[in-house]
This record gives sequence, structure tokens and C-alpha cells, in this order.
Amino acid sequence: MTASTEMLAPPTAPGPIAWLRKNLFGDMFNALLTILSLTVILFGSLAILKWVFIGADWRPVTGAPLLYLIGQYPRDQIWRLALSLLLLTFLIGLSWGVWEKFVKAFAIFLGLLLGVLAIIPLETPTVTLGVRAVFLANPLLIYLGYRIGRLQLVKSQHVVTLWLLVTAVIVLALLPGFDSNPLLPRVPTTAWGGLLVTLLLAVGGIVLSFPIGVLLALGRRSSLPVVKVFSILFIEVVRGVPLITILFMFSIILALFLPAESRIDRVIRALIGIVVFSAAYTAENVRGGLQAIPQGQVEAAKAVGLNNFQITALIVLPQAIRMVIPSIVGQFISLFKDTTLVVIVGINDLLGIGKAVLNSDPQFVSLQAEVYVFIAAIFWIFSYYMSYASRLLEKALGVGER
Amino acid sequence: MSEAIIICKDVHKWYGNFQALRGVSMEVDKGEVIVIFGPSGSGKSTFIRTLNRLEEHQRGTIFVDGIELTHDVRNIEKVRMETGMVFQQFNLFPHLTVIQNITLAPIWVRKWPKDKAEEVAMQLLERVGIPEQAQKYPGQLSGGQQQRVAIARALAMQPKIMLFDEPTSALDPEMIKEVLDVMVGLAKSGMTMLVVTHEMGFARAVANRMYFFDEGMIVESGTPDDIFNKPREERTKLFLSQILSQ
Ligand SMILES: Nc1ncnc2c1ncn2[C@@H]1O[C@H](COP(=O)(O)OP(=O)(O)OP(=O)(O)O)[C@@H](O)[C@H]1O
Ligand SMILES: [Mg+2]
Repeated sequence: MTASTEMLAPPTAPGPIAWLRKNLFGDMFNALLTILSLTVILFGSLAILKWVFIGADWRPVTGAPLLYLIGQYPRDQIWRLALSLLLLTFLIGLSWGVWEKFVKAFAIFLGLLLGVLAIIPLETPTVTLGVRAVFLANPLLIYLGYRIGRLQLVKSQHVVTLWLLVTAVIVLALLPGFDSNPLLPRVPTTAWGGLLVTLLLAVGGIVLSFPIGVLLALGRRSSLPVVKVFSILFIEVVRGVPLITILFMFSIILALFLPAESRIDRVIRALIGIVVFSAAYTAENVRGGLQAIPQGQVEAAKAVGLNNFQITALIVLPQAIRMVIPSIVGQFISLFKDTTLVVIVGINDLLGIGKAVLNSDPQFVSLQAEVYVFIAAIFWIFSYYMSYASRLLEKALGVGER
Repeated sequence: MSEAIIICKDVHKWYGNFQALRGVSMEVDKGEVIVIFGPSGSGKSTFIRTLNRLEEHQRGTIFVDGIELTHDVRNIEKVRMETGMVFQQFNLFPHLTVIQNITLAPIWVRKWPKDKAEEVAMQLLERVGIPEQAQKYPGQLSGGQQQRVAIARALAMQPKIMLFDEPTSALDPEMIKEVLDVMVGLAKSGMTMLVVTHEMGFARAVANRMYFFDEGMIVESGTPDDIFNKPREERTKLFLSQILSQ
């Protein structure tokens, strides 16, 4: 290689002053806009900070924080929720250790969130040292799980099995309990509430609707007429109807038609409604991805001898889903926020608890802003985290490249 | 005495009302290298794709390695295990690494253990000259490298027959040779090959017979010597003069 073909170093990035010049004060108009926006931002944040720390009266929130978390779940049974939470955070840590990148950000986010909850300075009698200890144990358990996962003793498929097992134990036994069981007495879902219900509905809705939606998307392209017609009908009918209608239908109409003894629990009815609704949208999103897969991919897969099922599972779906991750995450974020609609069928989710608290004390009548801002902030934290995680996932999977 | 591994008799194929194949008959012996050429739209791709049932023929019979291609799915699966195919557009799986592209079918169709599949895949990558690219994704490779991976992917199933549909047409000139070299090596190793191509140098070097297609029919066939030096049909002469003058 001769000297003339030696590589040049890439041009260095401009310094901060040059950046400011170029981007913020490029010309008169730019400079004016910059100054204007900075002023608005400054005074806006000052006003907000002042309201949060001085103006606002946070008693409806600080007076009963556990209510927002778990609703009326009997306080003497709270250990069941604590145990569930601890099990889950340990598993998340373990998954982080085994799977690395896909879980890392979530594990850290959750650990920080729960750690902060443990040490928030609140002088509320219900927030006992025990409650704080449980919260504080979570980050430690996440870390412990991570270290164990890193030992490479646990295989990927074991983690999946553990997840299924733990989820089943929590959802079927720990949370609801059993009739006439002294150790785990039944806690009817009428007592469940707050963030617990919101997260159950959202996570359950997402996890259950995703595979159903994928199947519907495949069904829509199926060569079997019955499957195809069913999928099209399902998708088009559900997408043509507001979520509220579906919730009403499953909560009230379904209950009317089913005999009393076979009645399904109302939280489950709401969950079914949410799953049905979300599955139809997932199906349409996934269908878009399926259509974008070039025919050559299927032909190449056929040519090497894969059967139709393998072609779908190994070649078409992975590419299609990758392509639509951004829109599916967007859809799940709306679903998360839409779970607040279950208030209408009498379920005390986070928003429902907020309303209940406001109605519980005449002094709180003028404190609506505080309660709703608090609830909005919680939703925002989760939604923002979800879109952040989706960006990470896109990057890890190389969406848009390759 | 060699025996026919592909036997096509009077194969017809319609797309809707348009007839793409109009009575194609061909026999290919084990170890033969067949070059198929002809003008655009003459049915070359259609024909070669009927041999592994990517296209369905509507009249006539096709036997591949003694298996008749019919609606019977099991027969189709068997034939596809015996034939490898290389496409003009490579059609590598972009979400899988090079080595995963190659091991996918051996693992899922031949049910080989992963170790064995990877070992064979690495040998094939050596053979096509790019073992160092095993962990990359197709999108990170040049066209010539991608096509060589595609050849390795087809060979990984240890097929008896290799089908090539214009394997070098989508490549920049400087990459054509690296792919042709691999194909020449394959031909010399005794692989039965059907190659749709206009690379006449390749045909001269390794083809046993050449078939000239036009309007869904075989117009003329013969050894490269016959075709290049004493073509019988006017259409063949005209077409050859066009592509050789380029
Ligand atoms: N899926 C299809 N539907 C309808 N017509 C088709 C289809 N595929 C091919 N044809 C038509 O069949 C004829 C033969 O096509 P084929 O692709 O076999 O030609 P070819 O010889 O491979 O041409 P080229 O050199 O351009 O690849 C063409 O006229 C083409 O338009
Ligand atoms: Mg063609």
C-alpha cells in the first residue's frame, strides 16, 4: 500500500460552541425561536415545580399509597402480593443473567423504580417498615438472579419453564387463593384494584393477544376457507367497534346469557374483552409485515425442503414481526392506557381507585388535579419506558437495516 | 452406463390463459451439466422451477430421481430434498447469519444435530471460499459472496441435482467470475446441474448439452460444439450472434 492510499481520519465533530451557533442561533429567526422556546420552557417548568412542591396538596395520594398499588386487597393477605412480586423480580434478574441484552434495560428500570419506592419519605402508617423492606428486597433479588443467571447453570429453556410455572402459580393460586383454604383464603377480584389490576390487565392483554393476533393474521391468509372467513370476520368486526362496547358486551351481556354458576369472574371478562380487541389490531399489524416479505424468501425456503409450517415459523414470521415491532409496541402502549376504560364496568383499576379516593372525603373535592396528575405520571413512566424499550429492541434486532 | 435422473415428457404450463411451456421434453443423466438459454420470457425459469415444483405443470410428466411430481406433498418434499436451487436474487434469509442460513434446512429437514450441521456448513464455506464470513448477516456481504453462500446453502442438503436460475445476472461484472469458478468446480466434482445462464464461457467449459428455449419450447439442443459451431436453426444463430456480440 502506498502512502497516498492511507486512510484519512474522519473529520472531527464540531465543538459545542460551533454546534450552538449552527443549530440554535443560525440566523435571526432561529435565534428568536430559540430564545422564545427557552423562555417558555423555563417559566413553564418553574410554574410546574412550584405547584408540585408548594401549591399542590398531595394528601389524597400520600394518605393511602397502598390503595393505589393494590386496591382493597386484604391487608392481612398482603404477603401474597409481596411474595408474587419478589418471585417475579427474581425471575427478571435471572432472565437478565441468562438472556443478557433483551432484559437488561427492563431489569434495571424495575430495580430502580422499586428501590425508589422503598425509600420515598412518606409518613403514612400503612407504609410499614415491612412494606419498605419488601420493596427494597426487589433490587437485591434482581441482582441475585442476575448473578445466578450469569453462572450459566440455568439454560434458556429452563427460564421459560420457570416463567410459565411462576406465572401460573401467581395468577391461579397466590393472588386469588382458594375457597375454604385457611392458608390461602379466597380474595375475590372485587377487592383487587389499583396498579395491580391495571398491570394484570395490560400485561395479560398484551401477552395473550399477541399470539392470538399472529394466528389471526396467518388465518387471514390461510388457504382453508373456513379459517380465512373466521379470521376476516373476527378482525373486521372487532376493529369496527369501540373497546368500550366490547368491554360492555363481555361484562354484561355475556353474564346475562351464561347461567349464574358458570359465570366468569369480572376481571377475567374484562381481560377477555381487552384480549379480543387487541388481538384484532395485532393481526392487522402483523398482516402488514407478512405482506412485505418477498415471495423469493418463501421460494428459497421451499427449495431447501422446509415444509409450510417451518416456512411460516422460521422464515416468514420472524421477519414479519421484526418489521412491525414499532407499530405493535405503539398499539400496546395505547392498550395499556385504554385499560382505564374498565372503570366503566366497575373495576377499580388505577383510575378507579383515584376516583374512589376523591369521593371518599369531602375535603378532596378540590384536589382532583393532584390525583389525576399522579395517575398520569404513573402511566407516563410505564408508557415512556415501553417506547424506550421498543427502540432498544429495534436496535438489537436490526430493524431497518439488513 | 449412466441413467436418467430427470425425465420430462411433454410438459405444459399455463399462467391463466398464457401458455408459458408448450411441450418441453428433456432427459438428464446423472452427472450431466445442462445449460439452458434463450430470450427473455421464453420459459427458462418456468421450466427449471417446475423441476422442484415451485411451479406446477398442468400437462405431461416429470420424474426426478425416480419420483413423479404430482400433487402428492410427500413426493414434492422428497424431490426438494434431492434438489438444490440457486436464484438470481440470492434469496438468502436476511434475519439469519450466514452459518444459520446454511444449517437451517439440515437441522430442520434432515434432522441433523447442530454440531454436525455446522461442521458441514463450515466445510462448504471453505469450498466456496468465504469461511471467514460465517457469523455475518447476508446484508453485510457483497453480491458475489451472497451468491456463494446461497450455493453453499443449497449444497448443505447434499442434493443430487443443482438447479441454477441465472445465478450471475444480478452481479456486478467483477463478481461474476468468483461465482462461476465455484460452479465450474461443482460441475467437475460430478454434480448433476441444470443452469439457466447466458455465460457462454461457462457453457463452453463445462456443459455436456445445451438447450435453446424460445416461446415455451425447446428450439434446438446439442453439445456446446454443435450449438456454437453448427447451429441448425435460424433463431439459435440469431440469438447467439446477439449475445456473443455484446
Ligand atoms: N407468475 C406468473 N404469472 C403470469 N405470467 C408469468 C408468471 N411468471 C412468468 N410468467 C410469464 O411466463 C413467460 C415465461 O416466463 P419465464 O420467467 O419462465 O421466462 P424466462 O425465460 O425465465 O425469462 P427471463 O430471461 O426474463 O428470466 C413470460 O412471458 C412471463 O411473462
Ligand atoms: Mg428467468
